[in-house]
Amino acid sequence: MTAVIEVEHLTKTFGKVEAVRDVSFSFAEGGIHGLLGRNGAGKTTLMKLMTGQEFLTSGTVKVFGQSPVENASVLGRVCFINESQVYPENFRGKHALKAASQFFVNWDEEFARELIADFGPPLGRPIKKMSRGQRSAIGVIIGLASRAELTFFDEPYAGLDAVARHMFYDHLLADFSRNPRTVVLSTHLIDEASNLLDRVVVIDAGEILIDADAEQLRVEAVTLVGKASAVREFAAGREVLGIQQLAGMASVTVTGLDDDDRQAAREAGLEVGPVSLQQLIVSRTGGRTSATKEGAAS
Amino acid sequence: MNLEVAVDDGRPIFVQIAEQIEGQIVDGTMPEESQVPSINELAAFHRINPATALKGVNVLVEDGVLYKRRGIGMFVAPGAREVAVARRREGFRAKYVRPLVAEASHLSITPEQLSEMIRKEAGQ
Repeated sequence: MTAVIEVEHLTKTFGKVEAVRDVSFSFAEGGIHGLLGRNGAGKTTLMKLMTGQEFLTSGTVKVFGQSPVENASVLGRVCFINESQVYPENFRGKHALKAASQFFVNWDEEFARELIADFGPPLGRPIKKMSRGQRSAIGVIIGLASRAELTFFDEPYAGLDAVARHMFYDHLLADFSRNPRTVVLSTHLIDEASNLLDRVVVIDAGEILIDADAEQLRVEAVTLVGKASAVREFAAGREVLGIQQLAGMASVTVTGLDDDDRQAAREAGLEVGPVSLQQLIVSRTGGRTSATKEGAAS
Repeated sequence: MNLEVAVDDGRPIFVQIAEQIEGQIVDGTMPEESQVPSINELAAFHRINPATALKGVNVLVEDGVLYKRRGIGMFVAPGAREVAVARRREGFRAKYVRPLVAEASHLSITPEQLSEMIRKEAGQ
């Protein structure tokens, strides 16, 4: 598979702040990729660098094999849906859609109409008077109907409710199946989106923390619950992401167990439970406070 | 039949997809020579990546449980039920009997009492 995006040793500084620090990864053509991380981790900066909306400080970014900066032959094939998209003054919903239909060569008007009917944004209303959810709906409609070869959704549905979000997932999957392309999705609703993803890149404080197949991450960690002594004995010598104890019982989150290990754990009287992608990322990005000693095994 | 995948289970989704189709073949929901849902239908139904659905189906194609008819779709192979039942039987002891015996032993239920319970349960 060829890579649509190749990022090598990319660094971006704003003054003294290193928003992105020596980051390297690539996204293959044709897939739904997740760019995940906490707020302020550098996700949006990274997306802006990949779409030529920011100048890099050092390193290289290649999209379709070329630099995206001021490069019409690249940007014409890319759609970037940004949560905080700024529209021209007095722009109404229908104007945004009209502009998108003229810009994107693969624009599917029929599909756009279907999405408008489903999401129901008030097209006649000035965008600046729309609610957050309505603005998100406009973004999602444009992102899907543009059918760009490479589409970035940066927190596309921050304002959408659960029903509308699932509508988005359903449309994305159905349309992706019919019209395979490359989608990069950034979100902090990780568990909702995790089953949609092919590849997951997790960024934390400007650096790559995880870069792996989603499937591989799903099975990477498990939680073992049982008698404290048995849990400790089994966890000895393994990578432990978290441990929690209550009376004589303990719960531990460990990585790198194969099927035989799991079977052995069960035979040792331990309960083997899954660790969701979200829990894994929380435990890896140090998301715990003195009040929540164990985020990974809850 | 549990149609939910993923969330409650630590195993790969493609394995769960394969097992679920196999389960439907075993219980007769999908008879031999019947058409299996397409990759896109499976992906949409379970809200999973199509590549994952494909991987699950391919496991069954490799085992000869499903076969492709070019341009039409995926079908349950003749003799597939026998293959699927045989495989389920292989895992039956580890998956059901062993935990049952272990829990019975924790509760001081003797093997004789346990087999009596099973006999009664089956007699109903």
